[in-house]
Amino acid sequence: MALVELRSVSKIYHLGGEEIRALDDVSLDIHEGEFISIIGPSGSGKSTLMHILGCLDSPTHGTIQLDGRMIQDASTRELAAIRNRKIGFVFQFFNLLPKLSVLQNVELPMIYSGIATRQRHQRALGALQAVDLANRAKHRPSQLSGGQQQRAAIARALVNDPRIIFADEPTGNLDSHTGEAILALFRRLSREGRTIVLVTHDPEIAAVTPRRIEIRDGKIAEKVDLTLAGLDRPPAPAVLAP
Amino acid sequence: MRSAPTPAQAPAATVPLAHGSIDLWMTVGVGLRETWAHKFRSLLTMLGIILGVSSLVAMSALVKGMEVGAKEALIAVGGLQKVRVEPQELPVEQRHLQEQAVGITINDVYALQASAPLVKRISPEIRIPATASANGKNFRTFMCLGVWPVALELTEHVIAHGRMFNELDDEMARSVCVIGTGTRNELWGSPEEVGREIVPLGETLYVNGLPFTIVGMFPHYESEQERKARELARQQAALQSTNAPAATGPARDRGRGRRGSNFAFWIKNATIYMPLNTAYMKFRSGITYSGFRGSSSGEGNIGDPRLSSLELKIHSVDRLAESLQQIRNVLMTTHRGIEDFSFRTQEEWAENINAFIRNARRSGGLIAGISLLVGGIGIMNIMLASISERVREIGIRKSVGAATADIFIQILVESVFIAMLGGLAGLLTSVALVRLISSFSPTENAPIITVLALSVAFGFSVLVGVLAGLFPAVKAARLNPIQALRYE
Repeated sequence: MALVELRSVSKIYHLGGEEIRALDDVSLDIHEGEFISIIGPSGSGKSTLMHILGCLDSPTHGTIQLDGRMIQDASTRELAAIRNRKIGFVFQFFNLLPKLSVLQNVELPMIYSGIATRQRHQRALGALQAVDLANRAKHRPSQLSGGQQQRAAIARALVNDPRIIFADEPTGNLDSHTGEAILALFRRLSREGRTIVLVTHDPEIAAVTPRRIEIRDGKIAEKVDLTLAGLDRPPAPAVLAP
Repeated sequence: MRSAPTPAQAPAATVPLAHGSIDLWMTVGVGLRETWAHKFRSLLTMLGIILGVSSLVAMSALVKGMEVGAKEALIAVGGLQKVRVEPQELPVEQRHLQEQAVGITINDVYALQASAPLVKRISPEIRIPATASANGKNFRTFMCLGVWPVALELTEHVIAHGRMFNELDDEMARSVCVIGTGTRNELWGSPEEVGREIVPLGETLYVNGLPFTIVGMFPHYESEQERKARELARQQAALQSTNAPAATGPARDRGRGRRGSNFAFWIKNATIYMPLNTAYMKFRSGITYSGFRGSSSGEGNIGDPRLSSLELKIHSVDRLAESLQQIRNVLMTTHRGIEDFSFRTQEEWAENINAFIRNARRSGGLIAGISLLVGGIGIMNIMLASISERVREIGIRKSVGAATADIFIQILVESVFIAMLGGLAGLLTSVALVRLISSFSPTENAPIITVLALSVAFGFSVLVGVLAGLFPAVKAARLNPIQALRYE
């Protein structure tokens, strides 16, 4: 059974009597350990898809199964708990809380899962070590570079050991060199067995993942699955080699 | 590395309710940082609460001070158990019987002693308008009374020097008297003026020209507040006197001005008491029938058996109405149905005090309530501003798994935190405010800050914080995480 199973999922908005189908009858499976990119131009519905996959939003029609549980009818409280335990988010603008230190930012998800202070501390430091940022734990986000901030955000996404990580344009706010480093980090995490979904508009970034799903006008337009061709990973350019 | 949960496991069951275990200290820490980051704004926000809390405490302290002063005065004049029987003009329908009205006589005393078991003590009084002279000075006493020795208990007097005249003095109509310190002060000088306490026992005092021997003197009666103030002043004077030995203690307040409770103490001090029979034998032509000015029948005649008034003490205040009825029944018999007497109780006074206290509390509470309300609106305003500044933060918190309740509690805690901080500052301010008020207007009733007032005021500030935080907290908690994350 797949980690995530989307079946005929639609998301329909009503704007002034006009019906907008942000997602139109999408079915999709994501398996454990996969590294997937969802690609599409802005307005294609890829963000809506990520929000629904990430339990930030509920579909209008269709069913979603995440880690063995149907969640399309879950309450906001249940969705919050699922986001907390099973999902990690990485955003384009890092979304770190400016008034908290890097360590406190990484601890944030664990506060909402009720983990004791000492353990929270240790796990947050561990997650920062995993992204090579342990020496910046006491800094404020504003004292870090963009790449460091994004690594802190990735540490935050990892800290509750989620089943799946969603990264929404994670390199969109970084220069190309730093962006490549972040992508390399994702590749490493993928090799360690993490399930990662990369949402982007940039085909070059999507090229790092073995499996690509292109969204256009709320529908899945194209699927590229190198894993079916027996290629576990796409051939990595030299600059991306870790 | 990850333990795969069995599909049958429902996440809702395995995931504990996140908001139940939210780290309160962390939230308080966030609130503290928020408050500190906007110091001036927070201070302005708290100002309403500070004013509300301090005015609440100050008001209650002032009222409490007045209440204590009034109650002290009430006890000084004999308390609620005292009933006074005074002569009264006849009611209109009995006017034609005026010639037959007997007035209050010693017969009434004996009748009450025999037939009114609800009455504990009876003291007949003859009141003499008297000018006392001694030591080359004259003094018009407030009260010169002929009484039985039992009057000591009824009027809450004690003997500080010498003795009270006894039954034998009364029986023999001896020319002895007991004086209050007010009388002594006027004739011989107060301790503060003379530098030592003069106890004129054995001295001769002339009352309306007739000589009396002083056998006893009452202590100086004063309110708690007055006593404390005087003691404090004396201590300070003692400290200073090491350098300036000429300084004497500050004068006692003679309370001449008709100001509040002090007047009650002045009355109590400016007295001369003599045996009833002595007063009757020596001054019967000049007795005052207080409240009975309208009638001239028999007044001042030799052999007039009438008394000025009766002081009664009943057994229990709870049975006041019953007791009054009993006294009335007895007196109606001895007065042959002619209603030439009336009762005066302290009940009315006590009722007035209570009504005044109630009103003062109510109006003061209203003012304090309004400022607390304004303070609450200020907090709500700031919290609303604060959450619209922090929409993105709320979105981030929600995306990492904060439930609606978590955000709700966070905003509420911040609001309550500001209110509590304001409340604490208000408590400190209130102490200063009370000092300021009492230095502005040194009344005889010092404000008293009670722990109850402090805790009630603080409790109110917390309540205001909760109420003011509710709406912003609901608003913040209901934010859609997707829109909140997009918010710039």
